[in-house]
Amino acid sequence: MLEAEGIVKRFGGLVAVAGASLRVEAGEIVALIGPNGAGKTTLFSIVSGFETPDEGSVRFDGSELAGLPPHAIAARGLVRTFQIVQPFAGLSVRENIAVGAHLHEASRRRALAAAEEVAARVGLADRLDEPAQALTIAGRKRLELARALATRPKLLLLDEVMAGLNPTEIDAIVAVVRAIRDGGVTILLIEHVMEAVTRLAERVYVLSQGRIIAQGPPASVIADPAVIEAYLGHGAAARLEGASHA
Amino acid sequence: MRHRVFGAALLAALGVVPLVTSSEFWLTFFLMALLFALLGQSWNVLGGYGGQFSFGHALFFGLGAYATGILQVRHGVPAWPAAIAAVAIAAAVGAAVGALVFRYRLRGSYFALVTLAFAEVARILAASFDYTGSGFGILIALAPGAGNFQFADRRVFYWLAWALVCLGCLVALWLERSRFGARLIAIRENEAAAQALGIDPLRTKTLALALSGGIAGVAGVLYMQIFLFADSHIAFGPTMSVEALLAPIIGGLGTAFGPLLGAILLHALGEVARHATGGAPGLSLVLYGVLLIVMLRFLPDGIAGLARRRARG
Amino acid sequence: MSLLLPSIVNGLTTGAIYALVALGLTLIYGVLHIINFAHGSLLMLALYAAFFAKTLLGLDPYAALPLLLLGFFALGYALQRWVIDWASHGRDQNILLVTLGLALVIDNLALFFWTSTTRTIDVPYAFEVVDLGVALVPLPRAIAFVAALVLAGLLWALVGWTDLGKAIRAVAREKEGARLVGIRVEHIYAMSFGIGTACVAAAACLLLPTFYVTPQVGYAFVLVAFTTVVLGGMGSFLGALVGGLLLGVVEALCGLFLGESLGQIGIFALFILVLLLRPTGLFGARLA
Repeated sequence: MLEAEGIVKRFGGLVAVAGASLRVEAGEIVALIGPNGAGKTTLFSIVSGFETPDEGSVRFDGSELAGLPPHAIAARGLVRTFQIVQPFAGLSVRENIAVGAHLHEASRRRALAAAEEVAARVGLADRLDEPAQALTIAGRKRLELARALATRPKLLLLDEVMAGLNPTEIDAIVAVVRAIRDGGVTILLIEHVMEAVTRLAERVYVLSQGRIIAQGPPASVIADPAVIEAYLGHGAAARLEGASHA
Repeated sequence: MRHRVFGAALLAALGVVPLVTSSEFWLTFFLMALLFALLGQSWNVLGGYGGQFSFGHALFFGLGAYATGILQVRHGVPAWPAAIAAVAIAAAVGAAVGALVFRYRLRGSYFALVTLAFAEVARILAASFDYTGSGFGILIALAPGAGNFQFADRRVFYWLAWALVCLGCLVALWLERSRFGARLIAIRENEAAAQALGIDPLRTKTLALALSGGIAGVAGVLYMQIFLFADSHIAFGPTMSVEALLAPIIGGLGTAFGPLLGAILLHALGEVARHATGGAPGLSLVLYGVLLIVMLRFLPDGIAGLARRRARG
Repeated sequence: MSLLLPSIVNGLTTGAIYALVALGLTLIYGVLHIINFAHGSLLMLALYAAFFAKTLLGLDPYAALPLLLLGFFALGYALQRWVIDWASHGRDQNILLVTLGLALVIDNLALFFWTSTTRTIDVPYAFEVVDLGVALVPLPRAIAFVAALVLAGLLWALVGWTDLGKAIRAVAREKEGARLVGIRVEHIYAMSFGIGTACVAAAACLLLPTFYVTPQVGYAFVLVAFTTVVLGGMGSFLGALVGGLLLGVVEALCGLFLGESLGQIGIFALFILVLLLRPTGLFGARLA
C-alpha cells in the first residue's frame, strides 16, 4: 500500500533523513522506532506531504505522492496525527471530530453523527460536548486519533500516540488501535513505548540518524545488536552480552 | 443559545423601528447602524470565522460603491443590474486577492498590512483618473424611483438594509452549521491540523474572502444608492476599513449577531460624542480607539463572545 | 535626462526621511516582533511637539531635538509597558489591534484639539540650498540625509556594542531564555519601544523645517514606514536605511513618469510585491 524509497531530506546543513526506505502492506500494523532525533517525524512529514523530500519517492496505492499538498494526500486516504497534539482549541470534542468526518460527509448533521460514532470507538463518548481545551493529555491523544479516524482513512500514520500515557491508558489505546486495524485501516506508527510496539506491530523498522538500520518482527529487531547500540551507545550490545553470561 | 435568542430579538425589534417612530433622526441612526452592521458582518466572515484580520476591507466596500456608480453614470447601465454587477466585481476581486495573497501564505500581521496596501492602491487609483471621478468622486443623478434603486421614502432603504442584515446573519449562521464553515473555522483554529484532515486552506480562505468581499460590496452599493455620492476617501479610505473591523471585534468575533451588536453600540457612542462636543470631528473615533483597547484587555472575545462563553459554562 | 537626476536626488532626500522613520520601527519590530500601527501617529505627535516648541517656546527644531528625544522616549516606554502590554495580554493578533486603537486615539485627539489646519514653521534656513552640481538640495533635507546615516550608525552601535544592546539582542532572539538569565524582559521591551519612539521624534525634528503637520500626516507615513521595514528586512538597520532611500527614489520616479498623484503607487505596489515574493526583505537580517 505504501512504498517509500530512498528518502533524503536536508535542512540547511543537517541531513535529517539520509536514504530511508520502507514498505507497508494493506492490513498491517507496522512500527517505526528509533532514538530521539533519528528523523522519524520528518519521515512522517514527508510521507504525508508536509515536507518535500530532496530525493526519493513515495508511492501510495500505486501512485506517486511527491509534490502533492498535505490536504490532497489526506483526501486520498493517508492521514497523519501529530506528535504534539493539535486540537481545534475553541471547539468541542464533537465539533473537532466532525471536521475529520466532513472529508467525506457534506451534511453537517451526518458529520456530527459520525463524530459520535467515532468518539465511541476511541472511548470519548462521555466527553463529546466538552471543549477540547478541557481534555487531559490522554484525552487529547484520543481526540487526535478520533479526528484522523473520522476521515475514513486507508492508512493511518500515528505519531507517538502513547506518549505521556500511564499503563492503564496504554492498555486502552492498544486495544483501540488493534480494533481500528481490524476494522480495515492499515497502520504505521512511531512509538517509543516498546510495550505498545511489541503488542501491536507485526513488523518494525528502526531508524537511526536518518537511516533504516534494522527491520523485521519486533522480537528479532529488539535483540539486534545494531539497534541496541543505536539506543544505548557504542559497545552496549557487547556489554549486555557479557553481563548476561556472567 | 441565549445570545442567539437575544440577537434575533434585537433584529426583530429593529425591523419595526419605522413603524413605531416617524423621527427622521432615529430612522437615519438605525439605518446607518444597519449599514455598518452589514459591513461588519462581511469582515466577520473572514476575520471572525476565518481568523484572517483584514485592515483594508474598504477595498471591497469602495468597489461596490464605485462600480455601481461608474456603471450608471458613465455607461448608462440601469441601477439594479449595475448593483448586481458591482457586487460580483467586489466578490471577484476578493477571490483574486485571496488567490494571490493566500498562495504566498500571508498570515497575521502581514495579511493585515497587505490588505491595507491594496485598499490604499485603490484609493490612489480612484483619485487619479477622470474615469473614476478623480478628486471629485462619483455622483449619481437624483432620480427617485424603484427602477432607479432610489427611494424618496427612506423607510424603503431602511427595510432593504434590514433585510440585507438579516441575510448576513443567516450567512453567519450557515457558516456555523455547514461543511464550508466547519473547514474555515478549523483553519482558523489550527491550519496544519486542518490540512492533515484533507482541508485545502488556499481554496477555503479564498472562497471566504470572495464571500466577505461580496457582502462588503453590497454594503458599498447600498451606501451609494442612499447618498448618491462617494469619493475616494469615503469609499476606500481607512475610516471604512476601521469601521468594518470594529463592529465585529467589539460585538463579538465569530458570532452571528456580534457585528450587529457592535455596530449599534459604536454608532450610539458616536452620536453621543457628536452631541457632547457639538459636532467637533474626531472625538467619536477617539472613543472607538479607547473602547477597542479596553475591550481587548477585559473582553477579548467581544460582548457576544462573553455571552457565548458564559453559556458554555 | 535632465529631469531624471534631480528627481533621483530629490527621492534620496525624501528617502532619508523614510529611513529615519523606519529605523525606529525596525528596532521595535526586531525586538518585540510587533507591527506597531501607532508609529505614524507618534511621528505626527512629535511633529506637533516640534511645532509647538517653535511657536510657543521659540525653540528651533534642531535645538528642541534633545528635549523631544527624551520626552518621546519616556512616552514610548510608558505606552509599551502600561498600555500595549496591559491591553494585549501579549497575544500577537491583539497587539496589532491595540496599536491600531492607539493610532485611532492619538490621530483623532490631535484632530479634535488642533483641527486639520495645516501647520508649518518659518525658519530662516529653510530655503537655503546645497549645490550638488546635478541638483539643488534644500539645506534641511541635506542635514536630514546625513542625520539618517548617523542615526543608523548609532543604533547599530547601540545594539552591537553596548550592554543594553546585548540584552536587546538576547530578548529578540529568545525571550524566555533571556528571562531565565535574569534579563527583565518587560523592561527591555519598553526600552526598545522607547528608543524606537525617540527615533521618530528625531525624524520629526528633522522633517518639520521642510514639511508640514496635520493630524493625517501620521497615517500617510505608516504604510511607507512598514514598506521600508519589510523591504529592508525586518530587523536590519542597514536594510531600513537602504530600503528608505530606495523607496524615496521609487516614489520620485513614479511621480516623474506617472504624474504627481500616482507617485505613491510605486511604493504600495513594491510593498505588495515584496510581501508576496520575498517577505524576508532585501537584507533578510534579524536583529539578533
